[in-house]
Amino acid sequence: MNAKKIDKIAVGFLYAMAGVIVLILFSLLAFILWRGIPQISWEFLTTPSKSFQTGGGIVIQLFNSFYLLILTMLISTPLSLGAAIYLSEYAKKNLLTDFIRTIIEVLSSLPSVVVGLFGFLVFVLQWGLGFSILSGAMALTLFNLPLLTRTIEDSLRAIPLTQREAGLALGLSRWETVNLVILPAALPGILTGMILAAGRIFGEAAALIYTAGQSAPALDFTNWNPLSISSPLNVMRPA
Amino acid sequence: MSEKVDLETHIIKMKPDASVDLSTKDLHVWYGQNEAIKGVTLEFEENKITSLIGPSGCGKSTYLRSLNRMNDEIQIARVTGEILYHGKDINTPETDVYEMRKNIGMVFQRPNPFSKSIYDNISFALKRHGVKDKNALDEAVETSLKQAALWEQVKDDLHKNALALSGGQQQRLCIARAIALKPDVLLLDEPASALDPISTSQVEDTLLQLKEKYSIIIVTHNMQQASRISDYTAFFYLGNVIEYDETRKVFTRPKIQSTEDYVSGNFG
Ligand SMILES: Nc1ncnc2c1ncn2[C@@H]1O[C@H](COP(=O)(O)OP(=O)(O)O)[C@@H](O)[C@H]1O
Ligand SMILES: [Mg+2]
Repeated sequence: MNAKKIDKIAVGFLYAMAGVIVLILFSLLAFILWRGIPQISWEFLTTPSKSFQTGGGIVIQLFNSFYLLILTMLISTPLSLGAAIYLSEYAKKNLLTDFIRTIIEVLSSLPSVVVGLFGFLVFVLQWGLGFSILSGAMALTLFNLPLLTRTIEDSLRAIPLTQREAGLALGLSRWETVNLVILPAALPGILTGMILAAGRIFGEAAALIYTAGQSAPALDFTNWNPLSISSPLNVMRPA
Repeated sequence: MSEKVDLETHIIKMKPDASVDLSTKDLHVWYGQNEAIKGVTLEFEENKITSLIGPSGCGKSTYLRSLNRMNDEIQIARVTGEILYHGKDINTPETDVYEMRKNIGMVFQRPNPFSKSIYDNISFALKRHGVKDKNALDEAVETSLKQAALWEQVKDDLHKNALALSGGQQQRLCIARAIALKPDVLLLDEPASALDPISTSQVEDTLLQLKEKYSIIIVTHNMQQASRISDYTAFFYLGNVIEYDETRKVFTRPKIQSTEDYVSGNFG
């Protein structure tokens, strides 16, 4: 066989493999859409689920997902932003900062079940927060921090050094340069990072089973007192 | 050409009646163990253009950047010796570098405007330094753009993003941005090396006009540029200044062999 023929066979083989994968994914997607779309209705999205009988909706689950997402982002964005600014703009290059970076790297590859169990031991049991939205949000923060810090740090580093020099040479302090020159320039990258992070948080389940609980209590959407157990805003209720 | 460094050097002192804005005494700069500037003593006369020339890697940028303490930002850099600004040593920990950099402005090799409007590029640092009045800001933007010979081209478009300007316009915007702070010394590191010939000559014209008000120190690798625009020229070689004199003397009757080799082009 000559090289050309082997090449053709190899290409054909690769096409076939790619085709199989695409076919599997497509048929799964098609199945979900075909069975799922007819079930989605305004009523399904806006009514609570019912136990022991068919029917009911997912409004509580939906609300809880968004609530967890918002709380998690509220906790993790300032922390990540601060850490990323420190790492990219202030940290000197030495053993300590290399060590910090390695730790962040390691944390970002923790399986979410491990994060969930950690949250269960520390937030739920030791800190006595119980199965609650707050425990869940803190576990998700833990899960989210390393990657969010990394992406923000990367977007800051992507701004050329010459921009920092320009700011400093105009007599701005480093803090002013970071705040008024570097951050605005890096904002699109930071936002992208936050949106990707939000996607990850939204789809996270394992870390929540051990921290936010497995069943949501009935919520009263007219009760906006955050201290009441049936209020959707209460962060101490399970979800 | 001679590979050896001339042991003798030729460095003029300013005439006693000359007014000196900035000078250095025995300035050394180290990057870690590597000594990039090996004791440079120079005086720069007010309202003159001084060129720093020399083969690449000889320390011109390093020297220039130490004049407004930009080397502070490089972790491994260490600067010793005196930098006298109006007779006062600014190479001390007590110096307010932010205030000092307002007075000693800097323009870099690559134009580095902020990704903001033309107006904001100039007004932004002024605001940080306490100019709040809208009229004063408008005025400063207009004057500095006029001084940088950019006003006519951008006056109808002041709110356009600065990155939409051409390279030469961006560089003149960077000059305008620096002089808006009313410095008295302007440092430029090969400001025209990334520009085409037309933009280059526009920047040169700008500098010639600016020297009425500012003392200008410019690094250039372009011999014609140095001889066209500068009053004094310092020849750097391997971290030392070998020759420093009036530009026409350096270019026509250099006292040192290496200088002659370099300015006549049979060198590195
Ligand atoms: N940031 C830096 N870190 C370490 N060494 C540097 C740095 N900048 C310049 N140097 C070294 O200092 C010497 C002088 O460089 P430079 O001042 O850039 O020369 P020039 O501007 O004359 O080409 C060179 O040997 C260069 O490698
Ligand atoms: Mg240089």
